[in-house]
This record gives sequence, C-alpha cells and structure tokens, in this order.
Amino acid sequence: MATQQVAESVSDVDVSGESLGITNGKIGLWTFLLMDAMTFAGFLAGYARLRWTPDSNWPNPFETFGVTGIQLTAFNTFVLICSSVSMVHVLSETIRGDLERARKWMVVTIVGGLIFLGIQGFEWTHLILEKWPYLVGGGAVDYNLNFAGTFLSLTGFHGAHVAIGVMYNIIIYLGLRRGKITQENSSLIELAGLYWHFVDLVWILVFTFVYLI
Amino acid sequence: MSTETKYGYLAPLTEKSRKSAVHYAKEWFGSTDAKRIGVMYVIFALFMGALGALLSVFIRAELLHAGPDFMGPDFYSTLPGMHASLMIFFFVIPIYTGLGNFIIPIQIGAPDMAFPKLNLVAFWILPASGMMLLSSYVFNAPGFGWTAYPPISTSAFSPSIGADLWNVSVILAGVSSTMAAVNFLATIFNMRCKNMSFFQLSLFTWAIIVTSLLILAATPVLSSALIMLQLERTFPGAFHFFSPAQGGDPILYQHLFWFYSHPAVYIMILPGFGIISEVLPTFSRKPIFGYSVMTWSLVAISVLGFLVWAHHMFTTGIALRVRVGFMFLSMIIAVPTGIKIFSWLATIWNGSLKFDTPMLFGLGFLSMFTLGGLSGVVIAAVPIDIQLHDTYYIVAHIHYVLVAGSVMTIFAGLYYWFPKLTGKTYHETLGKVHFWGTAIFINVTFFGMHYLGMKGMPRRYFDYDPQFEALNFISSIGAFALVAIQFVWLFNMLWSLKYGKVVGRNPWKDGTNLEWYTTSPPQHHNFPEAPVWTPIDRSHGHNTGGPKRDADQLTEPLPAE
Repeated sequence: MATQQVAESVSDVDVSGESLGITNGKIGLWTFLLMDAMTFAGFLAGYARLRWTPDSNWPNPFETFGVTGIQLTAFNTFVLICSSVSMVHVLSETIRGDLERARKWMVVTIVGGLIFLGIQGFEWTHLILEKWPYLVGGGAVDYNLNFAGTFLSLTGFHGAHVAIGVMYNIIIYLGLRRGKITQENSSLIELAGLYWHFVDLVWILVFTFVYLI
Repeated sequence: MSTETKYGYLAPLTEKSRKSAVHYAKEWFGSTDAKRIGVMYVIFALFMGALGALLSVFIRAELLHAGPDFMGPDFYSTLPGMHASLMIFFFVIPIYTGLGNFIIPIQIGAPDMAFPKLNLVAFWILPASGMMLLSSYVFNAPGFGWTAYPPISTSAFSPSIGADLWNVSVILAGVSSTMAAVNFLATIFNMRCKNMSFFQLSLFTWAIIVTSLLILAATPVLSSALIMLQLERTFPGAFHFFSPAQGGDPILYQHLFWFYSHPAVYIMILPGFGIISEVLPTFSRKPIFGYSVMTWSLVAISVLGFLVWAHHMFTTGIALRVRVGFMFLSMIIAVPTGIKIFSWLATIWNGSLKFDTPMLFGLGFLSMFTLGGLSGVVIAAVPIDIQLHDTYYIVAHIHYVLVAGSVMTIFAGLYYWFPKLTGKTYHETLGKVHFWGTAIFINVTFFGMHYLGMKGMPRRYFDYDPQFEALNFISSIGAFALVAIQFVWLFNMLWSLKYGKVVGRNPWKDGTNLEWYTTSPPQHHNFPEAPVWTPIDRSHGHNTGGPKRDADQLTEPLPAE
C-alpha cells in the first residue's frame, strides 16, 4: 500500500540534525511515564483526601489485612523487585550479546510478574469474600466504605499495569526468540525495562500508602 | 527519493487513488504523513466546532425571550455542557493539534513526526470518541454541564447511559491528546534539523512544547477523576469516592477536575499565543520583540497554571487562607501574560504593517483577549468572585478568552497557513468581511453578558427574570449573526480551493521560518534533503563564530554540507 511506502521511507531519511542523543522511543516512553505517574498521582491524591479528613472513620490497615496479609503482600513486593533485577539482567545480557541467557532472564521476569498477579488475585478474592462481604451482597462493615473502594481502585489500576507489563515482556521474549531483537536494537528492551521499573516503583508507593501507613 | 510535484502532499500516491475518489479518501484515512493527519484533524475539529456552534444557537434561541420558547428544560439543561464539551475537547484542542501536526515538523526541519503510526491512532480515537459523545443524545444526554460535578453526575441523579457515554468519551479524548503530546515532544526534542537549537525554535514550536507538557501533566489527573466517577456510576454499591451520602467527598472531584481544567484553558490558548507570535512579526515586517522573554513567559504561565486551580472553587467553602493564596497566585499569572501582550505591542511598534486578514485577526485577538484577561483578574479576587460565581459574568469572561482569544488565533492561523496548506490564496476581501463581522458580533454577543452577570443572571438556567430580556435579546441576535458570518469564511475557503491564485513558497514575502522555505503545498517529507538552519543572531552582538543572520532576514538555510 502507498501509505506503507511513506512510513517506511521516513525511517530511511537521515535525521542527522540536533537531537538529545537518545532514541525517539526513549523520549516517548519517558513522557508517557510522566503522564502515567500523574494518573497514579490523581488516584493517590484522592486516597489521601478521603483518608485524612477529621471524621473519616478510617480503619487501621494493619488490623484489617492482618499479619499474614501484610506479610504476603511484602513477599509479593519482594517478587516484583526481584523481577526488576532480572529485567536488568535481560538488558545487560543482550548488550553483551548472550541472547541465550537474556531469554532465560526474560522468562524469570515474566514468571515474576505472573506470580505477583496470582498472589494479588488470591488476596482480592480473600478480602472481598471475607472482609468486605457487602461488595458481593453480604453484610455491611462498620467503617468507611472508601477503605475498600480506594484499595480496589489503586491496586486494581496498578495490577492492570502489571498485566500490560507482562504482555509487553512476552512480546519482547518472542522478539528475542525469533531473532528480531538482538544486540543492535537492545534499546527496545531498555524501553520495556523502563516501563517495568516504573510499575515496580509505583507499587512501592502504593504498598506504603495502602498497607503500611 | 520523493519526486516534487505541484500538488505536494495532496497528490495521490498510487494509480488507483489517482482515478477514484474512494481510493483517494482511503489513502488519506490510512496516511501516516503528519500533514495529511493535520488536515484531517483540522477538518474534523471544524466539523465538531460547527456542531458546537449549532448547540449554542439552540441556547441563544431559547434565551431570546424570557419564559419557555422552543424546548423543554430537560433538553435545555443538556445544551451548555454538550456545547462546552464539543468546543473544548473536540474543537479547540484538536484544531491546535492539527495545525501543530502540519507546521511543527516543517518548522523544525524534520521529515515527519517521531511516531507516525501513533499519530494516526491518536487522530482516529477522536472521531470514535466524538461519536460516543454525540450518541449520548440518542439515549439521554447528560444535563450536568461539562464539569460533571458529583453528586449530580452520580448514578443516583444521572442514571442514563448517556452520562456514561459522555464520561468515557471525554476519557478517550484525553488519551488521544496525551498521545499527540508525547509525539510532539519526541519530535521537537529529537528531530530538529542541524543548527536548530532550542533557542532557535520558532515561538509556535515553543508554544506546542509547553502545551504538550501541560497536557501530559494535567490530562491524566482528569482521567483518573473520571475513571473514579465511572467506577462509582457503574458499581454504586462498591465505590463511593464522591457521593457525600456514603462518605465520599464531592470537593475532591472538583479539586481533581480543576487540576486538569485550569491548565486546560492554557492548553487552549498557548498554541494560539504561538500562532500570534508568528503572524504579528510577519505582517509587521519586524522580528518578534523579546524572543527569550516570550519563551520564558510561556514556561512561567504553564508552571503558574498548575498552582491556581482552586480559584474555580471559591464558593465551595474551602478555607479562607487557601482562597487568598490561590487569589494571589491567580493574579500573578497576569504578569507573564502581560509580558506577552506588551511584547506583541512592541513587535508592532514602528513596524511597517500590512493589514492582511491574518494580521487583522491577530490584532483583533490582541485587543479583545486583553479584555477577557482583565475580566479574569476581576473574578480572581475572592470577594468579587463570591458575588459573580456562576453568573453570566463568568460566561462573558470565558467567551472573551476562548472566542475572542482562541478562536481568533485559530482563524489567524488558518488564514496565515492557508496558502501553505493548499498552495492557493484565499479571497482577501471576503476574508476582511469575515474578520469585521466576527469581531463586531463577538462583542455584540458577549459584551452585554458582563452586565447580565453583574445584575445576577445565573448561568445554565432555562429561564430568566424579564428584566434581563433586552440584553439577552441583543446577545442572541449577535450570536446568530456570529454563526452566520462564518459561512462567508466557509465559502471563501471552498471557493479559494478551486479558484484561488497559485502561490509560491513564501506568499507573505516576510515569513521567516522554515515552513516558508519549502514548497506550497509541501511535499511528502517536507524537504528534498534535510535542511541546515542558519542560526538567527539573538545575542545583540555578543556571540561569535559560525554564520548568523538577523531575525528579520528571510529563511535561507545553509546548503547541506
């Protein structure tokens, strides 16, 4: 198709002008992350406002989630941070040219993301059925309903980011396996890594606000 | 690479599309050429703007006389919100994106945008989202205004699916505009031609940088507020962020909403500032006065724009010391805006002026936008705002800023770049008729509203006290005439497409940026080979080394090395 020709030849044009010395993709991803961070900021600002008002009747998270709940999520946080570390390995192995090892680290990263999602799903089920039965038509709770609402929206929005990140990582993995991503275009992995680290960083904020404080 | 043709980017690319209009249209709809996408943005935005204008005609028809005339109060209450949503999310913001798409890659000497496919996706989200917005009229359009304050926008008070459609449509429009902003920033940061450093960029490009940053930082906050609102509407048993009956906080929504919607007024005017900063020097035949101060005041406006949102909420009962702080910050914004106004005046000062239509719109903007800015300083004061909040004074203010401001700059830009977009001239006399009609009827329509507001006529009401009838009648007549005069413009554009004189590269003779160096209309990829910018000397004689030119010299890039 004609439009295809246009799109392809744009990348052929030599753009040897002024640039910041990094790829377009990196600027695009950083600016996207600025946008995404502001979306989380909106949710977190809502959370803060609803919680820290004089008569909010907000329960102590530690009592609601229990020792086991907090520890389970702490473990989950640990898994997510580990998968960020393995993502760094994917990039460094690719830059070094050892694609075999890069693929293995990618699998570790993907599995880390999946474990995180699995534990979070387990936790949601448990909380909805046992702690907040009013959500599924059961009895009410005696504290501010926004405790559950902000919890579900914040962790749910973050969980959606993790799910998208896992898909992103699977696409990168397939690219590695089919030989489309190699040493030369390792910047694609760097971009996926940026997104993955961002999701990780946001989780640390969400975890601190929702579970620990 | 690409062959140069008379029709530039408008020329069909394949034999098929050369022969059949359907193929030609298909080629446009799937094109990743930023210029074609830009033109599609402009046409789509103008179409939506026409629908928005139609709704405003309904509003003014109903308010022609006191008492119910043409429609029921339920239908009327949908009109102000839908008019505003169409104009803000589907007219002003996209049309600037469209002009930016066309002009920005050329002005920085790039062959295209950084992400052509993302650009196309960002555009096509808009018609889909616009259809959703309009289809809410099929069900039951929301009657809560464009602000959608809870609790009236919760499912208890607006149960219809029309409100959900409105909500999701606005979220999608936000997604589209953030995609465009990401694209603009990557393009401008990374694809500038040789020697085009940041302080060589044209002011329109600077305005797009600043606007894109505003969009990136502000729009997602609205999205998160609307997602929360949508969760609350869809799962009323589970989420109670905003409805006060279940422990939510309606003021929280207003904070989040205005955290976006105040910067949004700068999103809707800063590109216009950029256009004016192109038009005035060209037709004054003088370089822009105070280039670096102009850029820094753009930046200052955008930073301050994030710190003033609560001046929309002076009557919600927030603490007095908070209100006074926001009042102070709001008034400070008049300083960088004033710097820009005076720099434009200094640009015209002692210039050798040419009064072509773009210049007329530029001067009209300068005089009437200042009026809107002054009424803005008035309502930034807490005690006066408490009196004037939600009256027609606010309607007058916003329309002086958005119609006498943004729309005037849009017309200035459309006339200014029409020869570049199409390769033809427009009809100058018709353009002047259009300008004078627009300028006069804007004042007829909106000036009386200041008095109406002062006397206490509330906005968004279906009916009003008979004492307001005379001014409302004048305002309605003005609005009808204002809409009617736009047909002169429409006719002018269509007529000129066919009968306009063919123009050369620099039809205004004094255009100094790169878009006037390329052909009219530009070719695919804008330039046959990557241009090398000859830097403008802005150092007042302190700079050394390298070839430099004065700012008022014509663009004549160095030959590529």
